[in-house]
Amino acid sequence: MIASIIFGIFLITGSTFFFINSKKIRRNILLGKDISITDNKLQRLKVMTLVALGQKKMFAKPIPAVLHLFLYTAFVITQIELIEIVLDGFTGHHRIFRASLGGFYTCIVSFIEIVSVLAFIGTIAFLSRRNLLKVPRLVKSELNGWPKLDANLILIGELVLICFIFMMNGADEVLYAKGASHAQNLGDGSLGLTVSSHIGPLLFGGLSNESLHIVERIGWWGHITIVFAFLNYLPFSKHLHILLAFPNTYFSNLKAKGEFKNLFEVTDVVKPNFDPTYQSVLDPNAHIKFGAKDVMDLTWKQLLDAYSCTECGRCSAACPQNITGKALSPRKIMMDTRDRLVEVGKNIDANKGTFVDDGKSLLGDYIKQEEIWACNTCNACVQECPVNIDPLSIIMDLRQQLVLEQSSAPNELNGMFTNLENNGAPWQFSPADRANWIHEQ
Amino acid sequence: MTAIKVPTMQEKIAKGETPDILFWVGCSGSFDDRAKKITKAIVRILNHVGANFAVLGVEESCTGDPAKRAGNEFLFQMQAMQNITILNGYAVKKIVTGCPHCFNTIKNEYPELGGKYEVIHHTQLVQQLIDEGKLKVQGGAFKGKKIVYHDPCYLGRANDVYEAPREIIQKLDVELAEMKRSRADGLCCGAGGAQMFKEAEKGTKEVNVERAEEALSHNPDIIAVGCPFCNTMMTDGVKHFNKEDKTKVMDVAELIASANEL
Repeated sequence: MIASIIFGIFLITGSTFFFINSKKIRRNILLGKDISITDNKLQRLKVMTLVALGQKKMFAKPIPAVLHLFLYTAFVITQIELIEIVLDGFTGHHRIFRASLGGFYTCIVSFIEIVSVLAFIGTIAFLSRRNLLKVPRLVKSELNGWPKLDANLILIGELVLICFIFMMNGADEVLYAKGASHAQNLGDGSLGLTVSSHIGPLLFGGLSNESLHIVERIGWWGHITIVFAFLNYLPFSKHLHILLAFPNTYFSNLKAKGEFKNLFEVTDVVKPNFDPTYQSVLDPNAHIKFGAKDVMDLTWKQLLDAYSCTECGRCSAACPQNITGKALSPRKIMMDTRDRLVEVGKNIDANKGTFVDDGKSLLGDYIKQEEIWACNTCNACVQECPVNIDPLSIIMDLRQQLVLEQSSAPNELNGMFTNLENNGAPWQFSPADRANWIHEQ
Repeated sequence: MTAIKVPTMQEKIAKGETPDILFWVGCSGSFDDRAKKITKAIVRILNHVGANFAVLGVEESCTGDPAKRAGNEFLFQMQAMQNITILNGYAVKKIVTGCPHCFNTIKNEYPELGGKYEVIHHTQLVQQLIDEGKLKVQGGAFKGKKIVYHDPCYLGRANDVYEAPREIIQKLDVELAEMKRSRADGLCCGAGGAQMFKEAEKGTKEVNVERAEEALSHNPDIIAVGCPFCNTMMTDGVKHFNKEDKTKVMDVAELIASANEL
């Protein structure tokens, strides 16, 4: 009874905090400019199914893809077990589904155990890749400090979680064999769990019934505690990708990657020069801001991108400029965008719901011009991202801000603009000479 | 070598003729000495198959691509609408471009601004001509040579055109080698995003050197490209390693024109 009440308080508090923090993230994302993405619903579902659920793009690198699949499958499958844990927690039952589901129950829990073992192996491998093998993209400077700790905390948390699962099931197997488990005895002598029926006796075989019950309870409570801890850790961690990968891929760009958006604010001004019948629709006296200086100037989709990033660095490992030692790192662009957005969110929280200018901005305080101007707009980062994040669109918005609002393009580019304006070519050639090649045999 | 025939749109219209296809040359193809050779190779192919085509000549102007990628949307749209006005004035339906940047911009960014055309890259045109039986391709001087193909970003990743250039090259009876970073994983030559027109930022290496090194690791006779900017960057990269005597950088159109002795 007391256990049920404690569990209830636990569940409600954990869920409430998660709900509050999720709402904050939603609010932060919606600080972005509104854009409408309501087209091609079927195709979007298909992209989401393939890329988020099916992890299609992960398989560009098969070894990490398989290891990641172990963790991912374990995560998804464990949710089924959680249903029982929650029901047991509330009702005081023990393995409430076992009697009614019979062999099917054994099958599911055994499957969970097998993927948990695989996830354990995957987690050890991931920790090694980060801390021992030092895979280049996982040790770059933008990960120093919290991002590295964040990654390790998640992985260590997963290891502990898996240990708790096997404490719970292993001790219960030993108890069941002795006829002392709280699970309903079906006269079969074993819970039949593929992994625990072997490692249970091995690890806990010599313990007294009392100790076994304690081990089992530590496993049970430890498991659910880690689950709630994870849930509440998500909004503050790169691990949020496990949830946001789904909406992010659903809303991702379906057009050709080479198509950059045309600014309607510009079209509305330029078009009357070429089409006298065109009626401008925007108020000529309204101040229009071009490009993005801060996170509020980006769209909600770009901000969703930022929260969806798990800092894997495949974008930067494919970036021609990052490979050749330049300051530009698409991953850093996404991390900076998120970090600035979090800062803006905290500012709003501290100022009763309104943002008070802090004299800072994404462009300048987080992302430097040197990074922006290095970009080749080659789309390698966009191509590589396993959850369809588009760092390039942010880079382009920042460039537009620099050129159209601050007139601070590099001198050579200003020269190119002048040539283009005067000669219709990026170089200083006369437009009258454009067809000379025809006669130069 | 016979003289090339390059009618302009103006000349065609004056004669009461309507060209089937407009050849969009691009700035590099019009002004850069190396790229002009690619332009002429495309023209020779068009002449060879008797294509009813025209160019805009002095009426052509930059698509605005470098301005747009550099963040100057005003300049881009000014260029775009100026070009669209001319193209629509001639009622152009189909365009072949000699440059993936022009290809991408006209194909993807002009429609919304009022310029709707069927746009193909010259490698796609060559493939169509081969498929239709209008162009026969044999290895000629290239037979048995080793060729590495470098994907231009704005043809490959930007528009998913990976196969047309490869299929053409394979028709030449050559050994086509693939770099580790190819197709969707292709590495940029370093020119895109208006980098062609400025110095690189501080770093440890030039992008074109990184890419040329990868291509040269296959010890090819030819590095094939489909973009005049990639051509410049890869040529410079090959020179960086003093390999210009062994490895030539050529456009796919040049390979075809040369193999057919056009």
